[in-house]
Parts: sequence; structure tokens; C-alpha cells
Amino acid sequence: VRTSPFTAEHDQLRDAIRRFVTQELAPHARAWETEGAFADWVFPRLGELGYLGLTVPGAYGGQDGDYWATVVLAEELPRSGSGSVAMAIGVQTDMATPPILRFGTEAQKRRYLVPAVRGTKVAAIGISEPDAGSDVRAIRTRARRDGDGWVIDGSKTYITNGARADFVTMVVRTADPDPTDPWGGLSLFLVDSDLPGFEVAGVLDKVGMRASDTALLHLHGVRVPDHALLGTLHEGFRQIMWQLQGERLFAAIGGVAGARLTWERTLGYTRDREAFGRTVASFQVTKHTLVDLATDIEATQALVYEACDAWNRGVYATDLVAMCKLAAAQLSFRVADTALQLHGGHGYSREADIERTWRDARLARIGGGADEVQREIIARLIGL
Amino acid sequence: MTDPTGTTAVADPALPLFDPEHDQLRASARAFVAREITPHVESWEREEDFPRELFRRVGDAGFLGLKFDAEVGGSGPDLLAQAVWIEELAGCLSGGVAADLGASVDLAALYLDGAGTSDQRRRWLPPLLAGERIGALAITEPGAGSDVAGLTTRARRDGDGWRLDGTKVFITNGAWCDDVVVAAKVAVEDGAPASDPHAQITLFVVRADDPGVSRRRLPMLGWRTSHTGELVFDGVELADDRRLGELGSGFAHITRAFAWERLAMSLGAVAAAERTLELGIAYARDREAFGRPIARFQVWRHRFADLHTRIRTGRALTYRALRLVVAQAEGGEVDQVQVVRTVAMAKLLTQRLAFDVADECLQVHGGAGYMMEYPVQRAWRDARLGPIGGGTDEIMRQLIAKTLGM
Repeated sequence: VRTSPFTAEHDQLRDAIRRFVTQELAPHARAWETEGAFADWVFPRLGELGYLGLTVPGAYGGQDGDYWATVVLAEELPRSGSGSVAMAIGVQTDMATPPILRFGTEAQKRRYLVPAVRGTKVAAIGISEPDAGSDVRAIRTRARRDGDGWVIDGSKTYITNGARADFVTMVVRTADPDPTDPWGGLSLFLVDSDLPGFEVAGVLDKVGMRASDTALLHLHGVRVPDHALLGTLHEGFRQIMWQLQGERLFAAIGGVAGARLTWERTLGYTRDREAFGRTVASFQVTKHTLVDLATDIEATQALVYEACDAWNRGVYATDLVAMCKLAAAQLSFRVADTALQLHGGHGYSREADIERTWRDARLARIGGGADEVQREIIARLIGL
Repeated sequence: MTDPTGTTAVADPALPLFDPEHDQLRASARAFVAREITPHVESWEREEDFPRELFRRVGDAGFLGLKFDAEVGGSGPDLLAQAVWIEELAGCLSGGVAADLGASVDLAALYLDGAGTSDQRRRWLPPLLAGERIGALAITEPGAGSDVAGLTTRARRDGDGWRLDGTKVFITNGAWCDDVVVAAKVAVEDGAPASDPHAQITLFVVRADDPGVSRRRLPMLGWRTSHTGELVFDGVELADDRRLGELGSGFAHITRAFAWERLAMSLGAVAAAERTLELGIAYARDREAFGRPIARFQVWRHRFADLHTRIRTGRALTYRALRLVVAQAEGGEVDQVQVVRTVAMAKLLTQRLAFDVADECLQVHGGAGYMMEYPVQRAWRDARLGPIGGGTDEIMRQLIAKTLGM
């Protein structure tokens, strides 16, 4: 039996991405956090290196890789030290653009996917609204027929890449709610951000992920052409549910990898730091605490890899993905919190990076469907 | 699950584990357990006993020899097949029955197979794998359990053979076994390679009817059908062909066998936890409170979702450990430290998991959970042994810490 899903090619890819992330991104992480945004060169540089289209077909400028290449990317991004940058890249590669490849027309792929892979267009995904987050059916942003196009009115909030995005893959209501078809009436649109009436109403001030331009968007009668509709009219809910699987899995992979990195750094710190005449690492309680976390990390990674294998094979395992999302989000924050504790006063200081990791990790339990939403999904799928 | 947006393309999994033959084996093992074991569990538990005959029936059905060569009466070696059997047997939800059947094969026979000469293997293994005889493994003593170096049972040179003295406790099958593999210390003057306590440990095979062997059964909190006991060896005379492996090789054999024992415990714990969760959910669906089934309360739906997630996570880790152990047995390049660590992690995570699941499921049963007539209390009592047996949680953490360089 094989013990690893990765091939020698994946290992080379990992080395290359790690080099890039640690040499070109990590040195700027702290400054970007302070400035409240990461540099504009990040996306084009990633595009140049081919990392924005690892699984995209060569015909659209991608690398033709399998899903394990995406796993490598998601696992290496936490080494940037910036949850914001990792999240922004994930939105670009595994949240906002996969629906274009899957549901889009050839023209849409040329117009949006190709530049997104190149890093010359930044993408965002627009689901949440001021009054609708995990409850996708409550979406009120509305597209109305207008001649041969559509006019969109409404608001989207908590939109990652929202201020810098060139276009937003947006979930919009196209028909009134119908009790006989609760999943219908929503559609996906590709909305250019330079259209009249598209307003970035504000970049949101957040407890963590502070280098991410998470924005509130208003759409005031934004007129889009008919070919802005992505996929099938009124089928947006099912399409976005598919998209969410990839989003959650990407987040889970990164969450586990980030937890492992935090764990390694914490072990290093406890080995250096002395208390009562010995290293903190030498106390039995420290060892057992770190062992429990290492065990949880190993177990959650094993679960996530099962889901990655399923996803790679085209198996639609909503239950498994929800479990991964839940388990990895909880793990990320638990590891970050214990790491903060083991760092003591240093952990609470903004001179150390651990407090940022802790703040960033907290989002995992909210974004992409809160813990409670994952539990609802799991409960439903086990027949409760 | 179907993709709501269209077709799904299913290719070969990147990391296949079980073959279609294992799936067939699983179906027949499940049917066997459902027919031959599960219907009797309640009465066996009440009587705190089960018929020796069961070993024979399980042996006849071929489930005792899955991981052994044909030359010693097995049908393998196929560790994955054994894993399937362990999982299915655990589904009977009698920890004691599963433990006794397992101790004969996953402990005693495993040691005989790993440490025995060709002659010894051919002599002792076939009756164990046929279920004609019952095996046990005796390491733990009143004064030394996980701390193997602290054993005090001694084997002294006596002419061409040996004289064995000591006491072993908490020995699964100890009260009714026919053959028991015993770990004892041999002094340097009697041939041990060094005076380091680990280098003195040597394995011997004792037969229960050897003069000088006495034993008693130990009543337990859980595992009540198990014939766990204490064995006293009082000047038991053993010919040298009862020695298993080289002098002083016992510790190495124990260390190697621990991996399988812990993996077997992990497989069993996950399967038992799954079954226990089914019991809890079934009760919650059935039982009404405030005008609706308990299962409809959101708090319980979420707790069940958490337990389900933890079980799946535990199984993923256990399968990762199984994969490493199988790859190693196949002669693949596997880091030994990684094997030890992953198995220990699986053991640590799954034993506590199984108990937590049982405790939550006991809770959802309310008053009924506290009553002996519901099986959930047994799952709860039986699961509590997990974090103790096969190396306690604390020992696992020490071991894992060492493998992580701490």
C-alpha cells in the first residue's frame, strides 16, 4: 500500500512554493498587517510562477495538475505568516474561479479565468450580505431583466479581496423565493467591479486577517450583459453549494498545515525559554500538552486527506468536507490558543507573531460556514 | 452522495487501502458476528461468561488465522483482513468477548509467530488458529505494567531447562487459557546478554496444566465476559524448547508486537464507538421529551455531529497507522519512528474517543442509560479500559513525546 499521496513532482512543487513563500512573502507579512493591505505585486508574481492555476487546464494557462498540487499550495501558504495573504490566494484559486471553469462558457473562461490564472485580474466571491451569511437562501441582492441584460441592486459584505477585485463571482436572486422550490431562484453572475454603480463602500476593520481587504460592496443598479450570467439561470444555489465544498476543503487543508507550523514554532520556543532553572519544554505537562495537539493535528490531517482523495476523484462528499471544515477550524484555534499560552507573556506581546496567528485562526470557525452550520450539515447527513 | 451539478467522474483512489476481497470478508464477518455472537451477548454478559466453544466456531469460520501463513494453519498473512475482522467483531459490543478472542490471536499467536522457531510455530499455532486451544500473553505484574523493565518474574537455569517463578496480573484469557506466553527476566549468569533490565527479558511458553501454575479470575468493572485473571508461577519447570526467541530478546519482541496490539485496540475502539453512537441516536429518535424526539433538539443534533466527526477523524488516523504497519510488513520503506508514533497517536486518540462517545450516549439515554437492561452502560464500562490497557494514555504521551524529540 502507498503511504503518501504525493509524487516526486509534488515534492518539487512544494520545495518551489516554500522557497517563494518564505523568501518573497514572509518578510513582508508584518508590514502588510500594519498597513492593512498586502502589496499589489503579490497576485501577478504568483501568476508568473504558475501558482494561481495549478489544477487549471493548460488551455487556460494553468498547470494541468491534480488536486494534490492544490493541497501542496494550501499547505505551504501558512508559511507566509499572513493568514490574510493565504486567504486572498485561496479565494482567487479555489473559491471565486472554480465555478467559472466548471460552469462557464468559453468566452467567460477567456475573459475571467485566463487573467485570474495569470494574476492580472483579482477575483472575489460574493455570497454574504448584511442580512444573509450562511443562510444562502436569504440572499436579497437582486438581478432584474433589463432588455438583453440584467440590473443588479443590493449589498454584499465580508468580501475577501473586495476592494481590489476586478470582478466578483456573485450569488444573486433572480426570482422571488418559492416555497415549493426552496433551492431555486438564485443565480451566479460575474460582475466587473469597474461598472457604473459598483461601489466599494468600505474596507472592514477586523480583529484578525488585517492585511486582507475585506469589503462591503453596494450595487446601485449595476447593469451587466446577459453573458455575465454564470451557469444556469436559477441554479445558483446548487452551483454555489458545489463551490463551497472546494472552499471549505481548501480552508481545512490550510488550517491543519498552519496548526502544524504553529505547533513546531511553539515547541521551538518552549525549548529556548527557561523557567525554574529548566526549559519549559522539559516539563512533563508541556510535553503532554504538545503531544495531545500533535495527535489532533495528525488525526485531522488524515481526515482531510481522505476528503482530498475523494475530491480529487470527483466524489462529492459533502459530509466529509463539512467534518473536515469543522475539525480543522476547531483545531486551528485550539492549537493557536495553546501556543499562545505556552508562549506566556511573550505570546501576548505584539512583538511576537503568535498573537496574530491566534487572531487570524479565529476566523476559521466563522468564515466559509460557521462551526454551527457545519454541524447542521453533518447532523442532516447522518439523518438527524 | 451525488453531485447536484452534474456527473461525477470516479477514478482510482490515490491511496487505496482495502481490496474488494476485503469488502467481501467484511460482509461475511458481519453476518457471522450477527448470527453467532450478538444474539447471545446479553445473556453472556449477565452470566459473566461465554462458551469456550466460540473459539472453535470462529476458528472454523476462518477468522482466527487471517494474518498467519498457511503452514501454521492460517489463510494469510493479510493484516488488512485481520483489521476487518477486528472491526466487525467489535461491533458485537461485548468488550469481553472481543478481548478474549483477540488476546488468543492478536497477542499470544502474534508472539509465537514472531518469536518462535519454525518447529515451535508449527507445534503451537495450528491449535490456536483452529480455536482448539486458547492463548494468552502475560507481561503485566502487580508491581510493573507499562514499565516493562521493572518485571520481577524470573526464569532460572535448572539443568537443561528453566524454573519459572512470579506473578502476572490483568492477563486477558489468563483464567482459562491453555497456552500463555510469559515475559520473564533471566540473569546474566544464566545467559542474558547484559545486566540492563531490558536485556534480561526473555519470553517463555507455559501451558496451563504445567505443574506449579495456579490462577484465578479477576472481577472487573467492564469486560465482564472476559476471562481476565491472575497467574502464579511457582517453580514451574520448563524444557528449553519452551523458550521463545533468543535469551534477552523479549523486549524487542514486545516492542514490535505493541504496534499491532495498539493498532488492534484502535480499530476495535473506533468500530465500537460507531456502534455505540448508533445506539445513542436510535434511542434519541425513539424517546420523546417535551413533545418531540430528543434527536430533534438542536443541542443533541450538534453533539451527535461532533461525535460523528470525532469518530471519522479517529478512523482516519487509525487507517493512516494501519497503512504504515501494512506497508512495513510488505517490506516498504517506512520510517520506524513514524510507525511507532502514528500507532501510539491512534491508540491515544481512539481510546478516549470511544469512552467519550459512550459517555455522551449514556447521557442521551437519561435514566435508561443508568439501567443495566440497556446496552449503553456496558459500552461505557467496556470503553473505560481503553485508556488503560495496552499502555495507558499517559504512557502513550510519554512515548509520542520521545518520538517527537521532546
